[in-house]
Order: sequence, then C-alpha cells, then structure tokens
Amino acid sequence: MKESTPQYFRPEITRESGDLHSPAHASHGDLAHHHEAYKPVFTTGSARRKELDEILTRYPTKMAALLPALWIVQHERGWVSEEGMVEVAEALEITPAYVKGVVTFYTMYHQHPVGRHFIQVCTTSPCNVCGAEDVVDAFLKHTGCYELGQTSPDGKYTVIEVECLGACGFATPIMINEDFVESVTPEKVPEILAGLA
Amino acid sequence: MGYPHKPHAKETTVLSQYFGDREATTLDGWKKRGGYKALRTALGMTPADIVNVVKDSGLRGRGGAGFPTGLKWSFMKPGDGKPHYLCCNADESEPGTFKDREIMRWTPHALIEGCAIGSYAIGAETCYIYIRGEFTEPIARVEAALKDCYADGTLGKNAMGSGKTVNVYVHRGAGAYICGEETALMNSLEGRRGNPRIKPPFPAVSGVFAKPTTINNVETLAAVPHILNNGAAWYKQWMRADNPKSTGTKLYSVCGNIQRPGNYEVPMGFPFKEFLYDLCGGPLPGRKFRAIIPGGISVPIQTVEEAEASLMDYEGFVAQGTMLGSGGVIIIDDAQNLVKQIARAARFFAHESCAQCTQCREGTAWTTKILERIVEGEGTTEDLDTLLEIAENMTGKTICVLSDSCATPVVSGLKKFREDFEALIKKRKHHLVPAVA
Repeated sequence: MKESTPQYFRPEITRESGDLHSPAHASHGDLAHHHEAYKPVFTTGSARRKELDEILTRYPTKMAALLPALWIVQHERGWVSEEGMVEVAEALEITPAYVKGVVTFYTMYHQHPVGRHFIQVCTTSPCNVCGAEDVVDAFLKHTGCYELGQTSPDGKYTVIEVECLGACGFATPIMINEDFVESVTPEKVPEILAGLA
Repeated sequence: MGYPHKPHAKETTVLSQYFGDREATTLDGWKKRGGYKALRTALGMTPADIVNVVKDSGLRGRGGAGFPTGLKWSFMKPGDGKPHYLCCNADESEPGTFKDREIMRWTPHALIEGCAIGSYAIGAETCYIYIRGEFTEPIARVEAALKDCYADGTLGKNAMGSGKTVNVYVHRGAGAYICGEETALMNSLEGRRGNPRIKPPFPAVSGVFAKPTTINNVETLAAVPHILNNGAAWYKQWMRADNPKSTGTKLYSVCGNIQRPGNYEVPMGFPFKEFLYDLCGGPLPGRKFRAIIPGGISVPIQTVEEAEASLMDYEGFVAQGTMLGSGGVIIIDDAQNLVKQIARAARFFAHESCAQCTQCREGTAWTTKILERIVEGEGTTEDLDTLLEIAENMTGKTICVLSDSCATPVVSGLKKFREDFEALIKKRKHHLVPAVA
C-alpha cells in the first residue's frame, strides 16, 4: 500500500546549505532560485494589488480575503514562501504566524518549490478500483521522480497522490498544475508527458 | 442525462437537460432557454411567498443530509436589521460524487439564478459560492457567467431593475474535504483553518461573520428556478405514491466497476436495480457486482441484494440499510479486494481529518493502520473486534460527522462482508504453519 503522504528523501542539509523545511526542493540539488530575494506581489499600483483590493470589497472583514490572497501569491511565485506569508499578513493586517497556520491546513498551497509540472493523481476508492495505482506508477516511472512528492532531477515534474478530485466517473482523473485530464490509463502517460512543455 | 453518454430514455432530465450543450453556458444561451425568468418572478414576490413555494415543493437538501430546504430558509428572518448571508456549498469532495461539477460546467447560470433567488428569499444581499480548489474549470465557468450577469445588470445593486441588491461571488477553496461540512466551510470563508464549529449556535442564528447564514448545496439551489417557474405541484409529480417525503428529481454520479459511469437524473423512488442494470449498463464483461455504496463513501455499504431491493429516495435507501447521501454511487465488483478498498476509504478519512477531536484524529489513523495490516496479511481475528471498538468510540462523539463517516464503511463492511476480512486473516495463519512434517 502506498503512502498518500509524501515520504521525502532527506539528504544531509544544514541551515547554511538550504532550508530544512523544503526537503523536496533541497533534494534535487537546485538551490539557486531559493536564494533569490522575494519579489513582493502586492506592490502599490500593481495589477495584483488592484485585484486584491477588488476582492476585499466582497467581504466584511479583511481576513476573509486570506485564501484568495494566498492563491494570488502562489500563481505569481509558484509556491507560498515564508516571505509570501509575511506579505499577505501585512496586506490583510493579520500576523504571519496566523497566516502560516492557515497555509498549513490546506493541501493545495505549496510550502516549498515544486516541479514545473505538478502532477496530482487521484487514488481514492472509486478511482482505485479502476486501476489508479498503476497510473501513479506509470507517472513515477516516466517522469523520473522515483518517489511520491519528489521533484525530478531536471526540476520538471513533481508527482503526488491526491484524495478525490471529484471526477470519479472519469477514472483516473489527474491534475497537471491547474488543468484536469480525465480517463487516464498507464498507456496514455508517455503521450500526456510528451505534450507538456 | 448520463453525461458523457446520451440521455437514457428512462431518465427525467430537469437539472441535466443542457449538459453537453455549450450554448447553455452563456448568458444569452441561458436566457433563450428560459433562464432568469424565475429570478424576475421571484423579485416581484415577497420573500415569505418564495419560501412557501419551496416548502410546498418538498425540496430537500441534495448535499447529503436531506434537510427540507424551505424549512431551512424559514429560519432566516429578513428585515431583522442584520446582514444575512447565503453560502452555496460547491466543495463537492465526497468520493464518488461529481454531479455539482457538471452543473457548474454546463449550466452555471442555473446555479447563479438559484443563488440569487435564495439570497432574496432569506434577506441576504450577498451569496458566496464556495467551490473546491481543484475545480478549476467549474470555477472559470461560474466566474465568467457572473461577469456577464454583472455587466448585464442581472446581479448587483439593482438586480434586474428591481431596486434590490443581489451580489454573488465565487470563493475558491484550497484542498480540504472537511470544508464541505457547513461550519468548516464558514470558517474557511472567513479566512480560517477549516475546523468545524460546535453547534449550537446554528448557522441561521450565527453563521459566517457571526451573522445569520443559510448553506445550500449546488444541486438544491439549481432546482429552485425550476420550482418557481413551474410550481410546487409540478415538482411533486416525481415521488412514490406511498412516500410524499421525497420529491422531485435527483442527479446520481455513478462510478467504479460499471459499464457506463456518468451522471444520471431520475425521479425520486426509481428502482435501483433498473438503474444499475439498465441505465448504467450493469457490470463489466465477465464480472459481478460485489458491493455498492449508493451515496458517497460516507454511507453504509450495501450488498448486491440490498441494492437491488432499494428504491432511490431518502427513505428507500434507509429501508435497505444505507442512505441517499450525496448520490455518489460507487460500484465495487468481484475482481476487487473489498477490504483493501475499505482500508483506502479509511485512509481518505485519516488524511482529511481536521484533527480537532481526539476520537477522529486517533480513530481514523488507527483504523487505517489496522485495516492496512489486515490487507497485507498481517491481521489477527482480534483486530476485527478492535476495529469495531474503535468505530464505537468514533461514532456520535465528535464535533462533526467525519469521524462517524470513517466508522461507517468499517462497521457495515464487517457486518456484511466479514468473510472477506477473515479470508485475509486466515491466509496469514497458513503462512505461519510450516508445511513440512
């Protein structure tokens, strides 16, 4: 039985060489962009700032815009870093610790960088009885990610199992970043991967 | 219709009549099909009159609990000086269920119209549609439809020129099954962790932003415009003569080991046997049905005999040892290891537990560990008693019903398919006894 929680391969890392909390990233050896300074998303006058301001008009409290604001950060930066959480906290007048508490509750916010193509394969019971585990194996094999949650050495792919994507009649559904692919079989995997830039 | 299949002659397509029709997703296309007529009618009625029509229709919540919609709306008191909120629960994440997804993909305006009518009926100026984060296409479609509605004046400060304010917004979730629980949904909407709240206070008293709130499922709200257009008596034509408690049509999502998985809409009281073998095409070639879960993974598992004797409505499924739930029909056939699938269901709940209550946090995790041990051939007979004991401690003792939902497949599975568990345990014993004399 496969683990649905990613089991990360943990190489020896020190505080100097990398972030202890981003093992998936640290393990593929490419730490360069991790050291890049965080570029704020909600700078005054930016399109994203305007978007957030519009979202804020929808709710009676600022805090209610937390999930939408985190989505914006993830779209722009690919993941939600500690700096990203601080920026969101300042924009919404809440504490960074509170924001982190919320980020860690939801599975869709990436707390470390992931591959360019983040592949989620549904393996919950309805898909499981239709052979979803073989689809996972095919993805792990063809992407070169040798473990779930692991990013491939070229930084291109991360493959995880996900709990119910809500498309059970189209087993096995997968998500690649924001896109759904339905009725995936192990045979279709190479073709799907070939179609990704 | 049995989307992606052509509608079956025995289906009654009300909510699903435009599934697969791209033009119906646009505002003009929807108006051509009679859209927003019901909202215009509603805005000319008093909120109390709308609530009464919905009450008369017998419409009940389609998300799982089956609470009468009109009664739920009547708990709200429009004009009490407080802001009210309507939340549409589109966090469809019950394994086996994918009907709301199709409603939002093909008929986003049906949902928006239902939301607008519901908002006005309960005295709310704002409705939030909470859509699960994975539903990127439904989110895009509903947001595009909302944009057209605002541009057209159908929604906003002066909805359809009525002088009334109706705002509808999409709120995107971020991957948490538990946010489909209504109080967790409200917490998530407020920008909190999705932990369910203790009731009381009930949402109608103190809901989202501590204001009176009503939460309805997508399918429930999408049915409301049809009821206002055609009347309560029209909606009640679909029910069993001997059971007036379940009315209207219901969408079922069918998945697992079956010939034609997909969405099917049938009237309340439809025979489940005919549904499975005729509409859905029966088992895969050379296989037989082994177990059936008719209402999403949280409801008790049925044997094939129970399923074949069921009538498809709230009471009909209860009479056969299970529940209508969300209408997500999961079929498991004789080629599957049933215990493995029950273990997989438990793992799902262990993953999705918010970990607030001890019984759930520990219970789901230990249930999963024990079941997986049995599947791996390491189980003992005592494990089965332990599972039942844990299940007992997990039922009716927590803030929300996620814990109970995890215990359900285990208890019903052990009751109805004990031989499957025992066979796996016996295997181990054979393994331990040396074969040489």
